Amino acid sequence: MIAVAAIVLSDLFAVVMLFGVYSLLTAALFMNLHAVDVAFTEAAVGAGVTTVLMLSSLHLTKRWEAMPRRNPLMGLLVVGITGAALVYAVQDAPLLGDPAAPVHQHVTPRYIEQGEAEVGMPNLVTAVLASYRGYDTFGETVVIFTAGLAVLLLLGIKDDPRLRPGMSAIGDQVVLRLVVKALLPLILLFGLYVQFHGDFGAGGGFQAGVIFATALVLYDLVFGEGSARAVMPPRWLHRLAAIGVLVYGGVGVYSLLAGRPFLDYSVLAHNPVHGQHLGVLLVELGVGIAVFSVVLLIFYAFSGRSRRR
Amino acid sequence: MSFLPGIFNYLIVVFLMMAGFYVVIAQGNLVKKLVGLGLFQTSVFILYITMGYLSGGQAPIVVDGVTAYSSPLPHVLILTAIVVGVATTAVGLALVVRIHEAYGTVEEDKFHTADLADDEALLNADADRGEVTGQ
Repeated sequence: MIAVAAIVLSDLFAVVMLFGVYSLLTAALFMNLHAVDVAFTEAAVGAGVTTVLMLSSLHLTKRWEAMPRRNPLMGLLVVGITGAALVYAVQDAPLLGDPAAPVHQHVTPRYIEQGEAEVGMPNLVTAVLASYRGYDTFGETVVIFTAGLAVLLLLGIKDDPRLRPGMSAIGDQVVLRLVVKALLPLILLFGLYVQFHGDFGAGGGFQAGVIFATALVLYDLVFGEGSARAVMPPRWLHRLAAIGVLVYGGVGVYSLLAGRPFLDYSVLAHNPVHGQHLGVLLVELGVGIAVFSVVLLIFYAFSGRSRRR
Repeated sequence: MSFLPGIFNYLIVVFLMMAGFYVVIAQGNLVKKLVGLGLFQTSVFILYITMGYLSGGQAPIVVDGVTAYSSPLPHVLILTAIVVGVATTAVGLALVVRIHEAYGTVEEDKFHTADLADDEALLNADADRGEVTGQ
């Protein structure tokens, strides 16, 4: 329903807000389907970062959408046909929660049965993420890094003279300031917990990076544009983003030098399982640093740009 | 219709996917197109997580005495996809901002018309120069 409202409205501000609500509901659905790590990420990213980014780009463009002039029939026709084909295909899909479904057949039993013994951590999602599928995750970290580079190339970080710490666009909100001041240390502490406890409970580098960045974004929004830059200057973030990717890659290169395949963590300690554990921690640290700095850099790039025309 | 609870999630996925698809192809506003892409993206996320679900299972964090877990693999894929998704959305938004700075609009039709007019002007200018050198 919310999705439909998001399509129909032409006030883009309302569209973006509804999209945030929709993300939060999706996160609740993921929780219900046992995907705790995913729910975590969706709540932090979809409801938090994406909404802020979309709002700041609305600030840089226009709030109101022009009235549609085109005939929507053609689009509806294409969508209707594709939808009908998909509904037809759905009838062959495995039922929800069916243990005989293909997903539960091939590699999944091995991950579940051997995961804890081989990688040495109870959270199987982290084990698969950083160890079994470490190559994919490395690739994704590089993609995030590249996306950050692309945004910087497109927008750049401007030192807008109008940006003064302590001057917030929403004015001086005493209640907000107090609440945020009380919440900030808790958010940062929670971020650290999520980072380093990701191998036992839900969490990991991706979520921790986003949570950390969200804390600084919140600080910037409430305490005045530019105040986050005083805490974490953009030129540190450039280096941190690269360092994050290098930590991940460095672990891989180290295992290469030690005579094992790229990203084989068992060389990091005498006991292979300990090595795996250490490797996963290092890799997650790299991911966390990279994600944190890229998300914050993107936010700076959007918030520092002044509206033209 | 006894099979409906089993495939209900898939139907939701199809609905969301088509809603996002419709926005992307039929709406002219670029920011809204990105929201549509986001809808499409989350529908794929829901599809993956639905497939990984195991009835009677637990969240994939090993606890003593539990043997049935939902599959961790789709969770891993989607977890990274969400974060990559926000990064790519940011690139899209950055492009939108630049387009707005160049054309003063984010409506597809308008800047397309502006582009065509530019091309026309360039062609005319070339033609004019051609005539001048030809004389």
